[in-house]
Amino acid sequence: MTLLLLLCILPVLLGGGVLALRGPAARWYVLLLAAVSNAATALAVLLGGIGRGTQRLFAIDDVALIVLLATAIVFLAVVLHIGTHRERDKPEALFTACLLWFLASMNLVALAQHLALLWVAIETTTLASAPLIYHHRSRRSLEAVWKYLLLCSVGIAIALVGTLLLSFAVARAAHGADPLYLKSMLGMAAHADLPLLRAGFLFMLVGYGTKMGLAPMHAWLPDAHSEAPSPVSALLSGALLNCAFLGVLRVFQVCSAAGLHDFAAGWLITFGVISLFVSAALLVQQRDYKRMLAFSSIEHMGLLAVGTAAGGLGAQGAMLHMLTHGFTKGSLFLTAGNILQHYGTKQVNKVRALLERAPRDAFFWIVGLIAISGIPPFGTFLSEFLIIRGLFDAERGLVAGAVLVLLTLVFAAMSSIMLRMTFGPSRHERAVRSSLWQWAGTGGLLAVVLLLGVQPPHALMDLVAAAAQLFEVRP
Amino acid sequence: MNAAFFDGAFVLILLLNLATLGSSRIDTAIKAVALQGAMSGLMPATFALRTGEWHLLALSVAAMFIKGVIIPLMLFRALREAGVRREASPYLGFTSSVVVGTALTIMCFALSDALGTGIMGASRLHVPVALSTIAAGALLMVVRRKAVTQIVGYLLMENGIFLLSLALPADVPAPIEVGILLDLIVAVFVMGIAVFHINREFDSMAVHNLGELKEL
Repeated sequence: MTLLLLLCILPVLLGGGVLALRGPAARWYVLLLAAVSNAATALAVLLGGIGRGTQRLFAIDDVALIVLLATAIVFLAVVLHIGTHRERDKPEALFTACLLWFLASMNLVALAQHLALLWVAIETTTLASAPLIYHHRSRRSLEAVWKYLLLCSVGIAIALVGTLLLSFAVARAAHGADPLYLKSMLGMAAHADLPLLRAGFLFMLVGYGTKMGLAPMHAWLPDAHSEAPSPVSALLSGALLNCAFLGVLRVFQVCSAAGLHDFAAGWLITFGVISLFVSAALLVQQRDYKRMLAFSSIEHMGLLAVGTAAGGLGAQGAMLHMLTHGFTKGSLFLTAGNILQHYGTKQVNKVRALLERAPRDAFFWIVGLIAISGIPPFGTFLSEFLIIRGLFDAERGLVAGAVLVLLTLVFAAMSSIMLRMTFGPSRHERAVRSSLWQWAGTGGLLAVVLLLGVQPPHALMDLVAAAAQLFEVRP
Repeated sequence: MNAAFFDGAFVLILLLNLATLGSSRIDTAIKAVALQGAMSGLMPATFALRTGEWHLLALSVAAMFIKGVIIPLMLFRALREAGVRREASPYLGFTSSVVVGTALTIMCFALSDALGTGIMGASRLHVPVALSTIAAGALLMVVRRKAVTQIVGYLLMENGIFLLSLALPADVPAPIEVGILLDLIVAVFVMGIAVFHINREFDSMAVHNLGELKEL
């Protein structure tokens, strides 16, 4: 038994235990315990205090560690944020339990070193998060959760077909051994049956791409993100989408090892550019600010796909972008939740003069806008710059040009919406007082993004470079 | 067990696909998909008899019990609570569904030829039938209105994937197989709860009522 398994076992047990606890405050302390221990474990793995594990089924490699870190930090911020709610809004038992099980399933995604286990973990994330999305018990959230369940389950079923095709592709080289362990798959990829491998890649890209929100399979994403409670939206965007992307990355890794790097990269770029295009088109004139943030997530998933396909610096940028986008978007969704509490509506038109109504939220809303748009000195600037550089290095100047144009368009659309909400004529409403705690989640996340832009820690940049190496073309 | 036995089983599975697509009564569709699930669950047991790998027998019993008993009971319960019997006004009629399903089956046979897996499974019909079952499930999900029928479509897909996984020359580790089955139960359980809520909110479980969330 490796120590790492505690990352999954502890939240599962705490989730079971919390169902028996009375009192919302006690439940929140359990959440805090899980979040802190989880983040501490992830940091310890980064700094080398805890081994990465050598088991065949469970281990953490460089790219998985990035996903693990993103999940751990976003989860911690979300739990701190939930702590700020008034006593009667504190989470109910089932909600708390599902949050913890959701965390466990996302950690399992990072730990899985077997492609079928990876599938089980990603399907479990869907099932654990569905009750969270339905938390408000309204017709709209019901519609959102039904779409989420059906589309993601079908998407993931397609990914399972892809996984099986992958194992058919290397079956002859495997001589009867189970080829679905990632290590054996990578080792045998050079002898794979290429048509089957291509088919497997496409099935897995479409399948996990559905869960990741790549257009045109993104239909569930804006609904789920806008109808879920904001802390849950923050987790979906900041952590879950990365986990689904890890599924895509695993099959991309296999394709690179099999000499299909260019084929796979071409498809990643296709879906990536479509996602950027769709999000840009739907962001203009968006009337719901939570949906706006959701479409922005689709844009950034497109960036991740494009950057990974570029390879080299682009892949490094994509790895870093998983962290910077996750933190920034997490923070923005938490602020959006506060705005929703102040105004009681998600419609952009009904939110005005945020700066006077709630100055602190307005501050984080604007700082979040600057960060998500990739403006220096934030870490998102660094990661997006690397992605564009990588595209030019890979002699994909046309794609880089398209990406830049679409990013500009998205920036114009989002800043127009978010600035309109922040400023505007005051109605002399009483300003909302907010406590220091409310600051912790949103501000903490943005501070980390700022740190990543100004003075990125060496340990982390080494990790990013090492993770990008996993997708290099091998002879 | 000879190839003729498996051929017969696969033909029956194909017919059950079409029966599910063509039935207007939801309980018939549930029964058909349950029978199909139990039949595909039986297959690992026949391998176990041949090769003596007894963990396959355990998998077989678990799969048959889950797909043939537990899940149908959960679906019948959802159906009873919702008080519906028939699929009213589907997007695509029942006869047309069967025709489209047949066309998809032919395409799946061509596809599995084109892929040239070199993997036979239990008989030559194994891979194409598995693919056709997945396709039939996907078809059922898009052409019907009732939430329960969509779950039945999802189960058809799962049956197909299960069959496809049986064609693998190597075994997936047992804990993962258990994980896949557990995920299936929980998925149907969660979807069943969602159906219950849809029914209560809208006084019907037709998903076309779910149309509020749209762009512009």
